[in-house]
Amino acid sequence: MPFALSPERDRELAEILSRYPNRQAACIPMLHLCQEQNGWVSDEVVEFVARTLELPSAHVLGVVTFYTLFNQQPVGRHQVWVCRTLSCALRGSDELLRHCEKKLGVHAGETTKGGEVTLRTAECLASCGTAPMMQIDKNYHENLSIAEVDRLLDRLLAGG
Amino acid sequence: MLQRTQHLTKLYGVAEGHRIEAYERVGGYVQARKALATTQSAVVDEMKKANLRGRGGAGFAAGVKWSFMKPHATKPAYLVVNADEGEPGTFKDRTLMERDPHRVVEGCIIGCFGIGAHAAYIYVRDELHLSKERLWGAIREARAKGYLGAKPFGRDYPVEVYVHTGAGAYICGEETSLLNSLEGKRGEPRLKPPFPAQVGAFGCPTTVNNLETIAAVPTVFELGGEAFSKLSALHHLGDGGCRLYGVSGHVKTPGVFEAAVGVTLRDLIYDLGGGISDGGELLAVIPGGSSCPVLLPHETVSAPDEKSPLHAWHGKSVLDVPMGVDTFRALGTMLGTCCAIVLSDKVCPLAAMQNLMHFYRHESCGQCTPCREGTGWLDRLVTKLLAGEGTLDDLDRIHEIASNIMGNTICAFGEGASMPTLGFVRKFRRHFEDHVAGKPCAAGGRLHA
Ligand SMILES: Cc1cc2nc3c(=O)[nH]c(=O)nc-3n(C[C@H](O)[C@H](O)[C@H](O)COP(=O)(O)O)c2cc1C
Ligand code: FES
Repeated sequence: MPFALSPERDRELAEILSRYPNRQAACIPMLHLCQEQNGWVSDEVVEFVARTLELPSAHVLGVVTFYTLFNQQPVGRHQVWVCRTLSCALRGSDELLRHCEKKLGVHAGETTKGGEVTLRTAECLASCGTAPMMQIDKNYHENLSIAEVDRLLDRLLAGG
Repeated sequence: MLQRTQHLTKLYGVAEGHRIEAYERVGGYVQARKALATTQSAVVDEMKKANLRGRGGAGFAAGVKWSFMKPHATKPAYLVVNADEGEPGTFKDRTLMERDPHRVVEGCIIGCFGIGAHAAYIYVRDELHLSKERLWGAIREARAKGYLGAKPFGRDYPVEVYVHTGAGAYICGEETSLLNSLEGKRGEPRLKPPFPAQVGAFGCPTTVNNLETIAAVPTVFELGGEAFSKLSALHHLGDGGCRLYGVSGHVKTPGVFEAAVGVTLRDLIYDLGGGISDGGELLAVIPGGSSCPVLLPHETVSAPDEKSPLHAWHGKSVLDVPMGVDTFRALGTMLGTCCAIVLSDKVCPLAAMQNLMHFYRHESCGQCTPCREGTGWLDRLVTKLLAGEGTLDDLDRIHEIASNIMGNTICAFGEGASMPTLGFVRKFRRHFEDHVAGKPCAAGGRLHA
């Protein structure tokens, strides 16, 4: 089925387009908008963005594959990113990641069987002074202890 | 010399400090109003006097950069604000966006006027959702007051400010990659020249400044350019003002602190950072983000030449040199983003290097062969050495690969990956040899106790 934006997001797109001197510049914000609705960037989304912005599909696909935050496959209902870079590693992000893997029963890069959570590592998220940290969906969780991680993951697994 | 200041951070910790009421209570938007009543060249002159060196990493003088902007017969000009903040160890711009977004908007208004632009795009990495929300909130509030739009402060000089988001790519912090990303393309860096001042965003003359650089602009005008510059202990080297310092890793009180330029690493680690955590001793410090070569505490300054910017510290510890763009370049490292990563002696330097090589391998955009292939080789070699499976030849190979990346890539990512590599293998030679000999350090590959 061809993809289309909800009326509300369609209005948002019109506003986004008004910010730039050409349509192409809306490519990344528009992909975010579509992914928010669809969960991932499917071929149908690529076609839709290409058509709307009057760009070749190959251009849009090139953009999608360049940036790590565009999901090229379906993902879990929640996204968990554990920062693995140096400042976090110096404060225990390795253990934190191992703990998440054990608790969720998946490796980094995978989604839990029930589709609740996709676990991933991230490179430095500009939160080094409050390491270790992880991002869950749009929120940062900083100065984490294993106990706090447990609480956060329990909430996600319970459908919160 | 540690001289704490409270210009950029005066609203940190103030309840609702991100709202326009709070900002105006502490003198917000007065400077933009005044600047717009003067001329473009007066604004640029004031910025030149301020000796405000870019806070994004390269340390180029902001006033000089603004003066490169020449009016074009047919094309508009743009201000692009770099808030991609992806350099490992760097977490300062985020605090400004979250806690004082109006300072950024006011900086954008003055900046647009100074360079002859009518629109500013603030490029924020996608993950910083609160930052984006706060910036948009500030833009809406400023627009409602008539500080943005067709006639800011009643002057016939339209200014609009927009937030643009990335999508997870460190390379988009590099200014030309950022411009491609802003234009809706893959974030691959462009060859320079042409420089952004000639051909920037959408093919038009553009100034790209770091977000903290722009946030400091209202303070430049509040104090006056010269007084701003003189806050700094390195005013005589053309490195003026106050700035944000960050410290992370093995210190007791990591965080972001504001001080006049001239803070030493010893101040940053032992005073602002509260000293080394977990009862360890200082092993090494990466001064300004992961691309800056590491410094060791026993290193001393060798600058017998009176003309060297370091001469005043000849024979002293590197920890006692004021952190400045030119002083740190002369030390063989860089000031970078002025956010230090501190390593205690309880951890393994090879593991630290491996962590960073993984980062660079992951983030290379793949455009230039020496960088794309080289960062992969470096990661594999240091991983092998860390596992105790390496040889002394591998050390030479690391040296050779890093040297072959440098100078052979389109953008400075190549240097950013290879310079710290060379620093690690040179300064921790003994650790590497011990790993090869099967006698790794007590930390045995650990990064965390
Ligand atoms: C690989 C790479 C990554 C960079 N990342 C950033 C960044 O995240 N933020 C930033 O302000 N500058 C970054 N820079 C520096 C920019 O290219 C540019 O010099 C800077 O934004 C100019 O602003 P300034 O003169 O105000 O410092 C990066 C440079 C390179 C080579
Ligand atoms: S290293 Fe994890 S946020 Fe910077």
